[in-house]
Amino acid sequence: MLATTVRLTRDLDTAEECVQDAYVAALRAWARTGVPPRPGAWLTVAARRNALTALARQRTLRAKLPLLLEPEAVQLPEPAGDVIPDDRLRLVFICCHPALAAEAQVALTLRLVCGVSTADIAHACLVSEPTLAARLTRAKKKITAARIRYVVPGPDDLPARLDAVLTVVHLLSTMGHTAPSGDALTRVDLADRALDLARLLHALLPAEPEVAGLLALLLVHQARRDTRVDAAGQLARLADQDRSAWDHAMITDADRLVVAALRSGSAGRFALQAAIAALHAQAPSYADTDWPQIRLLYDALLRVWPSPVAALNRAVVVAMTDGPAAALAEVEELERDGRLASYRYLPATRADLLRRLGRPAEAADAYRVALALTTNSAERAYLIAQLD
Amino acid sequence: MPQYAVLIYEAVPADELPPDVMAAHGALPDRVAEAGGRIVAGLALREPATATVIRGGLLTDGPFIETKEALAGVFVLAADDLDHALKLAALTPIVAGGVEVRPLLGFEVVAAG
Repeated sequence: MLATTVRLTRDLDTAEECVQDAYVAALRAWARTGVPPRPGAWLTVAARRNALTALARQRTLRAKLPLLLEPEAVQLPEPAGDVIPDDRLRLVFICCHPALAAEAQVALTLRLVCGVSTADIAHACLVSEPTLAARLTRAKKKITAARIRYVVPGPDDLPARLDAVLTVVHLLSTMGHTAPSGDALTRVDLADRALDLARLLHALLPAEPEVAGLLALLLVHQARRDTRVDAAGQLARLADQDRSAWDHAMITDADRLVVAALRSGSAGRFALQAAIAALHAQAPSYADTDWPQIRLLYDALLRVWPSPVAALNRAVVVAMTDGPAAALAEVEELERDGRLASYRYLPATRADLLRRLGRPAEAADAYRVALALTTNSAERAYLIAQLD
Repeated sequence: MPQYAVLIYEAVPADELPPDVMAAHGALPDRVAEAGGRIVAGLALREPATATVIRGGLLTDGPFIETKEALAGVFVLAADDLDHALKLAALTPIVAGGVEVRPLLGFEVVAAG
């Protein structure tokens, strides 16, 4: 409903007010007359009516103060051959515009697309509610002042813009996957929201392989969610997780999406990450995982996305295909690179490799470095246990 | 069309810019026009060492903020919206630095008396 109203008002704040006023009017009216047969439609009509009134008021204001306000921009027609996209898609693209700070994109998407309350978003982003409210206000102000258009990007811009959207959704899911601090390893609500968003995007953009890739990746994470922490709340490593507790139907769904995405020929970083996750998820055991194939997928991933985090994950695979010494060499090169200086999984990986190579004192040092960078209690408990 | 300021930040001083870069700056208004925008005005600034700062009534040798990439120029761009303005601003030839694109509250040329 918000998305449809924004199309009229072209201003997110005004649209939100219209929607809220519609709800208030509904509460009053329905208390007298009962809930109408189609409450959604009633609310949408009410919100649009509010929007049209607001627009008329603004036009009158502009007519009276021509020197202060810019003349209204010419409404450009939709590009030819465009199927009218869902308003929710326009809303997602405007919330995830690269001109907005990444933290603002996350907050706006949660607020306007997912409808999460400001208080809950603040909690998830580990900031105070006034800080988050200010973040939202600043972002909305920038959208209006700099005139970010409420439109689905054209075909030339779509790949880059879509990557920005998928990055935000993925960030939401990783925020849910591992809480930066606090006692629970997973923050379930955010992961659910991210998965819903990925499903929505796939429904709206069924032909985009990267969207399918992201959905597949999140499905695999979801399928394995119950086994990330054992019954005692301790972190369980992939090698130790009870694979029978994974949702294999979901993994099969993910695999179907991955295969289609890879076949499309334009698989990018999300489809490739999904392919890696799906291979892990389909292996009957850690030992029986197709490590060489996963290494090949990482090679392909690094070609399209030269991320040091992906390189680190590839080194973990190299330990399985070429032994821990070869992997240690790669990890040490990543340390010299410096980009992962505050990334706790780098010293943690090094520690694990040193332990496997029978160098316990150096391993202990590396575990301590990792511990200093880790705030999540479940992860800390795991590292402390390794030190003993 | 809404208007934006494009602030050009360059680490290389203006008199040291290679001739092809200078030529590209000269060709910018036409390239912008071809892409559906319009350069309304442009300012080329002399190097930061020539600046003087007035702050709290005191005069000091400039610039206001000492940066490696110095403010070298500003131009006013008319574009349809931010995405259009960004595409046009990206046409600016830059050797070592970047551009800042900021929407204008207003722009006025005051005619000489």
